[in-house]
Amino acid sequence: MFGVGGGTSSFAEIEDADLILLWGSNARDAHPIFFHHLLKGIKNGARMWAIDPRRTSSAKFADTWLGLEVGSDIALANALAREIIHNGHADEEFIANATSGYAEFAASVEDWTPERASDATKLPTAEIRALALAIGQSKKVQICWTLGITEHHTGVDNVHALINLALLTGNVGRWGSGLVPLRGQNNVQGGGDMGAIPLRLPGFTDVSDAVQRERCEREWGASLPDQRGWHMSEMFDAMHERALRALWVIGENPADSEADADHARAALSGLDILVVQDLYLTRTAQLADVVFPAAAAWAESDGTVTNSERRVQRVRRAVAPPGEAHDDLEIIFDVAKICGHDWGSPDAEVVWDELRRVSPSHAGMTYARLSDLGGLQWPCLDESDPGAPFLHGRLWQQPLVGARAPFAAVEWRPPLDTLDDDYPFRLTTGRVIDSYNTGVQTERYPSPIRTGDTLDICRADASSIGVTSGDRVAVASRRGAIEMTIRIVEGLPRGLVFSTMHFPGAADVNRLISDAWDPKSGTAEFKATAVRIDRCASEIVAQ
Amino acid sequence: MIDGIEVDAKAGATIRSAAETVGIEIPTLCWARNLNPANACRLCVVEVEGTRPLVASCSRTVEDQMVITTNSARVRENRRSVLELLASAVELDWAESELVAHFVEYEARSDHFDGTKLEEASKIHDDLFAREYSRCVLCYRCVDACGDQAQHTFAIAIAGRGFESRVSTEFDVRLPDSACVYCGNCIAVCPTGALTPLTEFVMRTESTWVQERQVVTHTVCAFCGVGCNLELHVQDDNIVKVTSPSDHDISLGNLCIKGRFGWQHLD
Amino acid sequence: MPNVHFGNGQPTTREQEIVEQFLLEPERATHALSERVLVGGPRRATGIRHLLLPGLWALQDSVGWVSPGGLKALCDSLGVPLAEAYGVATFYELLQSEPPPEVLIRQCDDITCMLFSSGNLGVEGSRVGSSCLGQCDSSAAAVVQRPGHGTAIVTESVGASTPVVAAPAGARLLRRIFNGGATTIADYRSVGGYTALEVAIEIGSSGVLGAIQQSGLRGRGGAAFPTGAKWLAVADSLSSTKYVIANADESEPGTFKDRVLMEQDPFALIEALTIAGLTVGADCGWIYIRGEYTLSYARIKSAISEAHSTGFLGADVAGSGRPFDIEVRRGGGAYVCGEETALLQSIEGYRGEPRSKPPYPTSDGLFGQPTLINNVETLVNVLEILHQGPAEWRSVGSAESPGTRLFCLSGHVARPGVYEHPMGTTLGRVLSDAGGVAAGSELQMILLGGAAGGFVSPEQLHVELSFEGARSAGLSLGSGAIVVFDASVDLPKVVARVAKFFANESCGKCVPCRIGTQRQMEIVAGRSGGLRVLDDLDQVMTDSSICGLGQAASSLVRSARNLGVI
Repeated sequence: MFGVGGGTSSFAEIEDADLILLWGSNARDAHPIFFHHLLKGIKNGARMWAIDPRRTSSAKFADTWLGLEVGSDIALANALAREIIHNGHADEEFIANATSGYAEFAASVEDWTPERASDATKLPTAEIRALALAIGQSKKVQICWTLGITEHHTGVDNVHALINLALLTGNVGRWGSGLVPLRGQNNVQGGGDMGAIPLRLPGFTDVSDAVQRERCEREWGASLPDQRGWHMSEMFDAMHERALRALWVIGENPADSEADADHARAALSGLDILVVQDLYLTRTAQLADVVFPAAAAWAESDGTVTNSERRVQRVRRAVAPPGEAHDDLEIIFDVAKICGHDWGSPDAEVVWDELRRVSPSHAGMTYARLSDLGGLQWPCLDESDPGAPFLHGRLWQQPLVGARAPFAAVEWRPPLDTLDDDYPFRLTTGRVIDSYNTGVQTERYPSPIRTGDTLDICRADASSIGVTSGDRVAVASRRGAIEMTIRIVEGLPRGLVFSTMHFPGAADVNRLISDAWDPKSGTAEFKATAVRIDRCASEIVAQ
Repeated sequence: MIDGIEVDAKAGATIRSAAETVGIEIPTLCWARNLNPANACRLCVVEVEGTRPLVASCSRTVEDQMVITTNSARVRENRRSVLELLASAVELDWAESELVAHFVEYEARSDHFDGTKLEEASKIHDDLFAREYSRCVLCYRCVDACGDQAQHTFAIAIAGRGFESRVSTEFDVRLPDSACVYCGNCIAVCPTGALTPLTEFVMRTESTWVQERQVVTHTVCAFCGVGCNLELHVQDDNIVKVTSPSDHDISLGNLCIKGRFGWQHLD
Repeated sequence: MPNVHFGNGQPTTREQEIVEQFLLEPERATHALSERVLVGGPRRATGIRHLLLPGLWALQDSVGWVSPGGLKALCDSLGVPLAEAYGVATFYELLQSEPPPEVLIRQCDDITCMLFSSGNLGVEGSRVGSSCLGQCDSSAAAVVQRPGHGTAIVTESVGASTPVVAAPAGARLLRRIFNGGATTIADYRSVGGYTALEVAIEIGSSGVLGAIQQSGLRGRGGAAFPTGAKWLAVADSLSSTKYVIANADESEPGTFKDRVLMEQDPFALIEALTIAGLTVGADCGWIYIRGEYTLSYARIKSAISEAHSTGFLGADVAGSGRPFDIEVRRGGGAYVCGEETALLQSIEGYRGEPRSKPPYPTSDGLFGQPTLINNVETLVNVLEILHQGPAEWRSVGSAESPGTRLFCLSGHVARPGVYEHPMGTTLGRVLSDAGGVAAGSELQMILLGGAAGGFVSPEQLHVELSFEGARSAGLSLGSGAIVVFDASVDLPKVVARVAKFFANESCGKCVPCRIGTQRQMEIVAGRSGGLRVLDDLDQVMTDSSICGLGQAASSLVRSARNLGVI
């Protein structure tokens, strides 16, 4: 945000917040140890509002749970902004000093009365007003979110809507306030920082940045394209169009994890060559022409990962990889050698020091410092730099140094996969505490609390369909149908059902999901699928 | 003034932490770096001038002009008796090395008091946890870690009263039927081996657990984006247990079920 | 959503009803404003946690036990984790967590009742032993619990030993009781009730504080702490929320004076607590009554309701312009809850385990707020101080122990009951005023101060019963219990019973007390070890236990060894 690809805050800051908005995140299950910090904040007196269509295990710790309609986040955020402005709680001094685009933004939310937002969100206007008041009256607000915000066709706009709230109230750049996107995977932040996204070079600089490109070209002795590449969703489109013919997948299981899984599997099967490098023979690996068995990066090889608070930490080899499995680095070096490039012997620290030369934000992070200090948060410009617990403190400097932080007027657009008489239920997916993503690793340890392929539903809806816990049902979307097991739970409003995506073997949920994606981020609409639920499951699937 | 040394302690510091700043170590059992002590074991007692009973140094905060004696004959006798009482009631052969060292330091004999032992069958209800309350000293650490000092799951509490007090789920239901989410943060703080990961329990009962052959490597958890630090305990090129450093500010010794047990996919 | 877990037990319709009747909507841990909006969270649940013990009592009295389903219904409503609530329920003797028999009789077999061969008290059922029930002026007592019929006390007196209330040297505290008691506000007013409150309102907070300090009153609960200093500490606190608490958890074996005060003169306690509240600046008072004292509970509840309807409690207390209300809590059957911090934990809905002190309740008490906690007898003295003025009040007793003291005589004494004497009266005089040793036998030993007290031999009858007099004889007045043993008594059995009492009543939190009381019981009963380790036990329990229970748990054993009893 504001040109920097990372959350603004350290985990510990939430312990000192006055108000916590947990928005589209079930951190209790998905980020349990972050939630420990959040609980300390509550113990220290913070109020918490959970904004989530489900009353999740996280929401049970909230002073107030707002179960908004799936995909109505922008409507709520815009109405909150309007109320904050009308209450006189906008931080005018901060806005004048450090932001741009305020007038346009204020005009854009003016139509978002609580009544209009209430229509979109199905929340009472009184609670919308109460939350706006709480935000306006709190000194230190932390806004935390996860995929409940980003996995929509308006994911990027959703994030902007939250950033707007923080800018409006000056809740950024100071300890205890800030914007906290919780990363879903242990190194999704690091991957982006290293340039493993289509428009970035190492250090999160744009490929169009000639200075940075030249620095990398010099380091690597190769010329680099100045145009962005494809993101995942574009790559799958390109596979279908046969514009992309060869794919090397490292540590990812897109055959299970992509939206509209049937479509994704067809694309992977149609490739000229598919190379998969993984710990296990995943569904993707089973489609591959070549499989490289890989070492587990966190226990069988050396390196670094970067967490949600921009902290780079060391991972270390503790045991030898089994059989013919090799460290990712070794595999890549070996392939390079076959291709005629001898890069020497693979050494994680040598590779890291190369990164430090091309990424100024990481320049001060030697392996020794990372070990001694328990990790360092970027930017860390030299070896005397303690790193940055939070970002954007500069926005409070007067006069302002550097660019203004822009407001972004965003408009609400409901989910693309609309509900109708044929598909009357909204299916949303998410994680549970003991499992992870497509279950490649977590299905291989004996969790006593595994839920399996359940479809969570409220009691009223279950009886309207005539089913009860344990019944098998057919769940059909406009893309496909699967069988699942009903589980009646509390905390779901009528019309909403929930499933995890951890058990693609038992319930191939991603076959139901639309691959319509956010044009700005390439993220598919995982959180908002229109489905139909029927008894007598086997017959319907057979059709 | 601690043992004749003038100590300039911060307001709010405990006697124990103030003593630590001048190199005086006071033994404890219910104290852990990442928890507030329950003040239950009474191993850390010291003499405070003007106070008749001994004072728990882990909980009592320092006051101006306090005169403290940490190692008098009276203090040592009391500590010895506390250790001997514990040994008279529970099995301590799996206890952490510090506790074993205290027995030597205070010349405590495990047969000094004899009487009824705490007898409880092992509770193994799943593939991850083993609980043997015949080893439990009721230090409250597991209850606090499960409760409002870390996990906020509250699957276990102290039930019963007096010598019959036990750490228990509601109505002693099996762990999988309780609120437990298997984070294992209780296991992590248990000082006596009453709570162990099943992997460790099996190796200990089969006598294949050899601490001296184990190496601990620090790494980072492979699952969500929080970045909890892990300590991989490796014996003979196999991971045998995973813990988290209690002094790392992300996790403070805590993990979730995936971090503490998810490694088993490597087996 | 497994994290907030409410277990698998399903409440019966009856249990669901009990919980719903017990808790009004605003007292629920969560409140749905719509299908999509719910207020709740840990803060709200903490705010109503103090309703847990009354809720458990509601289940116990209605269905005879705290069943898995009943507990689930209650926990669901209060937002208390099941395991914690189970821990609380199993802490208390009177709460059953297993299916109950039709009639459960908890018959006292403690130091006084054990002296008499008691019959079945006219009830049949499943019989278990019990610690002292505070009915020692009778010769047999039991708590009877029947599903649907709650909890009741039955007593029986043998021979001529009808309980008496007497004040041979001039009644103060027993004044009204002497004249038949005052259980309605009309009766209470007719004998000068609520005039002390009038004085208090007239002279104001500083006037009351001055009077109590000048009186030299010291706490009657056992610790003898100067009452004026406690009141002043709470009054001086700047906190906007404060509490006053009457500690009516009278559980020391051989002690029943507070029960007699509450049963027969309930308004005195209420008036005194009201004065305490107005004086220290508390709007809310609590009376924590021992669970077995069912009549005290009923009388106090009814008196509070009368005081409300006559303007002596409520938004404007007796025209003072100040609000004051009283909540009553019933203990669950746990001696340790008489310890002031354990009592706080119990009110707050936790296990009655003592907190470490300091901080003291005067700064960090109930719900973390400054709190004044006084014993019932101590509080009732305040009325007399305000009536008479501090100078007159302290004209009886000694300089260090001014005022009178209530003594509870039981055992082999001719006329068991509550006696009021000036502090400093000799033990011999107190005994003879009660008619001496019961006819036809001879004094062997006296137990002074209850289980936490010590033996007094017949040679020591000259000892003066004041704080300093007892101290110089190596004794303690404790709760004012005086249990008389004649020559027929097997004293080692009495010592063994006391050792068992402490093992039963130890909360279990700290090692010295939890394991120490168990070992002491085993050794004294001759079941293990030898007397040689009793010195080590005495030292570690006395020096290293958290609270007074463990610190005093070996005092009688020590006393018995000193006198060669064991």
